[in-house]
Amino acid sequence: MDLGLWIEWIVKAIILIVVLLIGFMYLTYMERKFLARFQNRYGPNRAGPVGLLQPMADGIKLIFKEEVIPKQADKLIFILAPVITVIPAWVILAVIPLGSIQLFGRTIDFSLAGDLNVGILYIMAVTSISVYGIVLAGWSSNNKYALLGGIRSSAQMISYELALGLAFVGPAMMASSLSLARIVEAQSKTVWFAVLQPIGFVVFLVAALAEINRSPFDMPEAEQELTAGYHVEYSGMKFAMFMLTEYTKMIVVSVIAATLFLGGYHFPFLTDRWPWLGPLVLFAKVIILLFGIIWVRATLPRVRYDQLMALGWKVMLPAALLNVFITAGVMYVLGMIA
Amino acid sequence: MLQDYLPIVILVLIATGMAGLVVLLGHLFGPRRPSARKAQPYESGMRPIGPGTRRMPIRFYLIAVLFILFDIEIVFLLPWAVVFKKLGLFGVAEMLVFILILLVGYVYAWKKGALEWE
Repeated sequence: MDLGLWIEWIVKAIILIVVLLIGFMYLTYMERKFLARFQNRYGPNRAGPVGLLQPMADGIKLIFKEEVIPKQADKLIFILAPVITVIPAWVILAVIPLGSIQLFGRTIDFSLAGDLNVGILYIMAVTSISVYGIVLAGWSSNNKYALLGGIRSSAQMISYELALGLAFVGPAMMASSLSLARIVEAQSKTVWFAVLQPIGFVVFLVAALAEINRSPFDMPEAEQELTAGYHVEYSGMKFAMFMLTEYTKMIVVSVIAATLFLGGYHFPFLTDRWPWLGPLVLFAKVIILLFGIIWVRATLPRVRYDQLMALGWKVMLPAALLNVFITAGVMYVLGMIA
Repeated sequence: MLQDYLPIVILVLIATGMAGLVVLLGHLFGPRRPSARKAQPYESGMRPIGPGTRRMPIRFYLIAVLFILFDIEIVFLLPWAVVFKKLGLFGVAEMLVFILILLVGYVYAWKKGALEWE
């Protein structure tokens, strides 16, 4: 328990949050730019070279906007709701392993708590908390659209959380551990779990899209029916915090998918030779997954709400359970042979 | 053991501070010119009809109850997944029985129409 350890943790925590903040800003830019290209437009190109300063301009504009609080709203909960939504999104990534290097005869681990032995449970627990923020935001606004959006969102998120949780079981079985560092190690010894767990990987990706309320599952904020869903009444910085959560969660989900199914920070030959490349390898995988999410948004229309719930309960849940069965069966038979 | 969680506690504290700072920023720099019209709930420009908080369809409640049942199942599956290789055939058979019992409940809920959304 020396002072150096404390300083290391504080520095790592601040770096993590700053990286996520910058990531959020440029993810909005990336999404607008790509969506524009998909639709044959230019996208933001006025602020700075090729519009690179657009996220800053948006942020400064939102800081100086008036924040309206509706008269009959529950004031305390109304202010607390965006805070409760944003904290889990920042905190989840603490358990992601990023590799380590040997420097001055000392092992330096890039991640904050990548070796935590209950990593998967931690992710499941923390993601569940953000449902509260959204429900409270919808309820405290005293607006029927917001209320409907909040309730819809919570029902959708808990429905898909089941499939998401069952998709976690596959990698945990193959690595015999809930620690994400062990799961990445197991993948570096064999192949990526996306190859060994194709059903689990697809279930995870679809459920993750629904979990973060992204298109085509963006029911809670369906503009045509609910104007904007749970954050209709929010403006200024509090609105920005809901946007921040949505985009930060896109990054978070991509990082988790890359770690569980695509080998995490490890890349054959590359990171064995140069271990400091670990975070960059993970970054490259995350960018590819984020592009996939944006591509899906540009391509698919929104799913109807009853179809969404039917998909979650009647297709995703049995498919995820089947994946656990198949994994158990195959692993048992292979264990018998070996 | 508990020391593993200290960095996470630090991260939570810093994240809470950051979130508070963001709220404070908007509070300090945003103008405040409230009016009665502005404080009304937004309903696409119409005058709001009826109360804002109203009763919810029972379906959402059903979904929440079903969620708790199946979520506990997943929490049981995770420790089993960790020691799966050591348990051998016994572990596979035990979990098969456990999931089959739950599947009976799942089929029952489906047949009763708990998963329909009309």
